[in-house]
Amino acid sequence: MIRARNLAKRFGDKRVFDGLDIDVPQGGFLLVTGPNGSGKTTLLRILAGLAAPTAGELELPERRLIGFIAHDPLVYRELTARENLTLFARLYGVPRWSERVAELLEAFGLGAAADARVSTFSRGMQQRLGLARVLLPSPEVLVLDEPYNALDAEGSAVLDGVLDEFRGRTFVVATHDPARVERRATESLAFA
Amino acid sequence: MSYVGDVATLARKDLLLELRAKETLPAMVIFVVASLTIFHFALPTGSGEVAAKGMLWVALVFTALLGLNRAFVAEREQGVMDALVLAPTDRSAIWAAKSIAVLAYLVAAEVVALPAFALFFSGLDGATVAAVALADIGICTVGTLLGAMAVAARARELVLPLLFLPLAIPIVVGGVGASVGEGPRFLLFLALYDAIFALVAWASFEYVVVET
Amino acid sequence: MSVVTRRPDYDGRVTANRLPLIAGATVAAMAAAIALVFFYAPEDADQGLSQRIFYFHVPLALTAYACFGWGAWKALRHLWKRVDGADLESYVAIHQGVIFGALTLLTGSIWARISWGVWWSWSEDQLVMFLVLFLFYCAYFMLRFSLDAGPARANICAVYALFGVVLIPISFLAIRLSKQFIHPVVFTRAGPQMTDSQFVTFCVALFAMLALFATLYSVELAGKRLDARLRELRELLA
Repeated sequence: MIRARNLAKRFGDKRVFDGLDIDVPQGGFLLVTGPNGSGKTTLLRILAGLAAPTAGELELPERRLIGFIAHDPLVYRELTARENLTLFARLYGVPRWSERVAELLEAFGLGAAADARVSTFSRGMQQRLGLARVLLPSPEVLVLDEPYNALDAEGSAVLDGVLDEFRGRTFVVATHDPARVERRATESLAFA
Repeated sequence: MSYVGDVATLARKDLLLELRAKETLPAMVIFVVASLTIFHFALPTGSGEVAAKGMLWVALVFTALLGLNRAFVAEREQGVMDALVLAPTDRSAIWAAKSIAVLAYLVAAEVVALPAFALFFSGLDGATVAAVALADIGICTVGTLLGAMAVAARARELVLPLLFLPLAIPIVVGGVGASVGEGPRFLLFLALYDAIFALVAWASFEYVVVET
Repeated sequence: MSVVTRRPDYDGRVTANRLPLIAGATVAAMAAAIALVFFYAPEDADQGLSQRIFYFHVPLALTAYACFGWGAWKALRHLWKRVDGADLESYVAIHQGVIFGALTLLTGSIWARISWGVWWSWSEDQLVMFLVLFLFYCAYFMLRFSLDAGPARANICAVYALFGVVLIPISFLAIRLSKQFIHPVVFTRAGPQMTDSQFVTFCVALFAMLALFATLYSVELAGKRLDARLRELRELLA
């Protein structure tokens, strides 16, 4: 699903990484580890199709199939949870979107707060909403950058459940605390 | 989702955000009325109607700048731009929707500004209103694209006026010419500007927001 | 499926081999142009010596347009065909364009001063046009320097460069139209109907200016590529 040959990324003079070869087949789970600032986020943004590599070849599935979440939940703070999810459901052409939105709000424990503005949410709730946004179109490929970081306990449990439920799809997960997801990984990449 | 559907969805979102925030539109309205007031004091006696009409256009351009500055702020500050860019929609739909929203604020500000102008200075004729309408389209289509560029830059509030003003010069020429009654060719020129720049903006927006 | 292939920024050639040839041609052309302008071209009945600035002013202007056009072409190549190095070439071309543009404004201003006693004239289409373009492309540099280097900056600057060439004809039209309601035209330039000798001189001067652009462009481009290569090597060794 995701293939890269000789991938390199430089920011001006600074070389983040080079000579990376990546092969994540369908159903694979790539675990990317390393300390903060080592280049994990940069790599994940490239694998999600958001950033361009400086050199190398990259093969990605089409945008429709990729879901991405990073440190920020990527939702509008002045819209309600429901409005946010509805927006993205429509953009992704999710069938029967109002039901799907309701379903996800429940699954992530946001049912009660569905019609409150995201700016009133706690950080953990915002991140849960972000995850819900990612899962709306039921993506084939999930690129998750430190997904457990901003999640509260409830959210982490939901994420574990999601990873279980979506087994068989393709994952790229970056984390500086690999213990939680190690057992799921089919390949791994360590940044120094 | 169809292209038009996507544009509608995004435009609805933009308008909703502004209605909730209630920041940009009031500022634009106050700014334009304040500008017209300053212009009254800036124009020496006996300046005449033509000079005043010129000032109207200056006020409109700078008021538009105020609105354009805020156009992509939510997307950048909250990082949502990444999510929009990743969505399977055509990226130019983001531009179209945002232009429509900015156009809405600008027209709303003008609903106050034009009568204020008529009150403070001289009357308005059909040509002026038509010119304002055409100019608005050009301002919003070009300005939205430039706003997206500026928002990626460091000193964004400084950069946007620099980018926008040279491109606004033809708009001012067309607008003032039409307002002082120099003939329909100025309106035609505005229409030409709109058509050409809207096309270029539509075709190139993707490259402004996407790296790959 | 999207496949992105990227080669390193350029393949290491610093095309200095052609440079001596271009530079030589420039020197020769410039010398010829100056000789022709001062010794060959006929003296203008009205304006005398000052009219000779025309032989520099207009070629400078045309060369500046060529620079911006070349910059826009490279920008298009960058966006459309993803040609490596096109962004740098576009930047250098526009940089040269601003230099030639500034010289155009300078020579135009001098000409206006000598001919009509004023340092600026709004009725000179060329001057006004260059003022607008100068403002536009100065904003290009502001934009470029306020963005971090990378593919985003390259893309954004390329789009802006394309807007520039679209602006050129539109501005021209606007300036023409604006003369209807801006102050009446007081100073008119009797456009020189060029005789043969004038035409020859003009052509040589134009060629010399374009050759100068080619030289400066190659030099600056080579310099910047060398810089980039050095930084790359320094990084690898670090």
